[in-house]
Amino acid sequence: MASTIHCDIVSAESEIFSGEVTLVVVSGELGELGIAPRHAPLLTRLSPGQVRVNLPDGGEEFYYISGGLLEVQPHVVTVLSDTAARAGDLDEAAALKAKEEAEKALADRSAGMEVAQAQAQLAQAMAQLSALQRLRKQLKR
Amino acid sequence: MSSSKEIVGKIKSVQNTRKVTRALEMVSASKIRKAQDLMQASRPYARMMKQVIGHLAHANPEFRHPFTIEHEEVRRVGYVIVATDRGLCGGLNNNMFRRLLGEFRQWEEQGVEVTTVIIGRKAAQFFRRLKVHVSAATQDLGEKPRLEDLIGSIKVVLDGYRNGDLDRLFVCYNHFVNTMTQRPTFDQLLPLPPTSDEPMLQNWDYLYEPDAESLLDEFLTRYIESLVYQATLENLASEHAARMVAMKSASDNASNLIDELRLVYNKARQAAITQEISEIVGGAAAV
Repeated sequence: MASTIHCDIVSAESEIFSGEVTLVVVSGELGELGIAPRHAPLLTRLSPGQVRVNLPDGGEEFYYISGGLLEVQPHVVTVLSDTAARAGDLDEAAALKAKEEAEKALADRSAGMEVAQAQAQLAQAMAQLSALQRLRKQLKR
Repeated sequence: MSSSKEIVGKIKSVQNTRKVTRALEMVSASKIRKAQDLMQASRPYARMMKQVIGHLAHANPEFRHPFTIEHEEVRRVGYVIVATDRGLCGGLNNNMFRRLLGEFRQWEEQGVEVTTVIIGRKAAQFFRRLKVHVSAATQDLGEKPRLEDLIGSIKVVLDGYRNGDLDRLFVCYNHFVNTMTQRPTFDQLLPLPPTSDEPMLQNWDYLYEPDAESLLDEFLTRYIESLVYQATLENLASEHAARMVAMKSASDNASNLIDELRLVYNKARQAAITQEISEIVGGAAAV
């Protein structure tokens, strides 16, 4: 047991990996990090890249993360992975898009009215048509 | 005769409706399971975040992040409203909106402005008709909402809080209690309620790369995002549950209607036969 460390890789949407490993290699913001059992407690930001975990049976597993946060305690490593590429200006763009969406949703008021009006007109036309058809049938008889 | 024909037509149309509601019911029943799995899968992330944030707050008591500072005067509050994209789910959305309007009125009486962020098309349709300030909106999340789609809307309100435009932030969604019960729920996001004051057992601290403040900021932002994301998932599960129940009662109603119509049809048929026989008998007697 002494030679392994528990590793959790989670994202907001799912649990990606959980298990005992002998080594975790991640690319931190300030450089590559190899985390072996009994590493000193550490918190850092991760840059987009690969996460490699060495399994006790000698196998290796690779995961790609688009950034995130890393927490290390002597017996637990937690990779809190982002689900999307994050950067200040990307977030800004997303925020702008959400604002636009709000304006659109409100501006749709007129569009909604038009649709309702069109529907009302359509319903009227349909009623007239069916009335005509009924009349025609009666005339045939 | 024509009346019995009409009834047959009616029975057919009700049967068709029942087919649709049955299908919707079964689709929702299977989707509940998936939505619940999603809910489950998103929990570890928020839990780990909370642990680390608690630790950070304890380790750096001298540093207070803007998100944890309570604004003394409340002038403007924000609501993140999570609703469904689609209808046909009973009173799920309307119950929540009604409670929300009550809250809005209370704030208004206190002279507090309300601004909202809406998630889900039904919320957009509802708030379009009202004079409520909408600062951001997200629609069409689909069956598997992605955090990515929410980031923008959340950033708008988080920035608002940071600049002091907002003094409180709430999220409201339908809490999934079980398949039969969904409860409209209002949670306070900001200021973050202080973490529990259990004494720290360990007296070690993290090494920070690059520094504690910026990391804490990042952690808090992600944490709020994950809370809103979870609310969205929970609302999704509630949506499917509510739709299943609504469609089940619709199917039951359709079945009842069909039974009644069939009775009426049989009566009409019998009356027609009786009439014919009596006509024949009457005719024979006349001859």
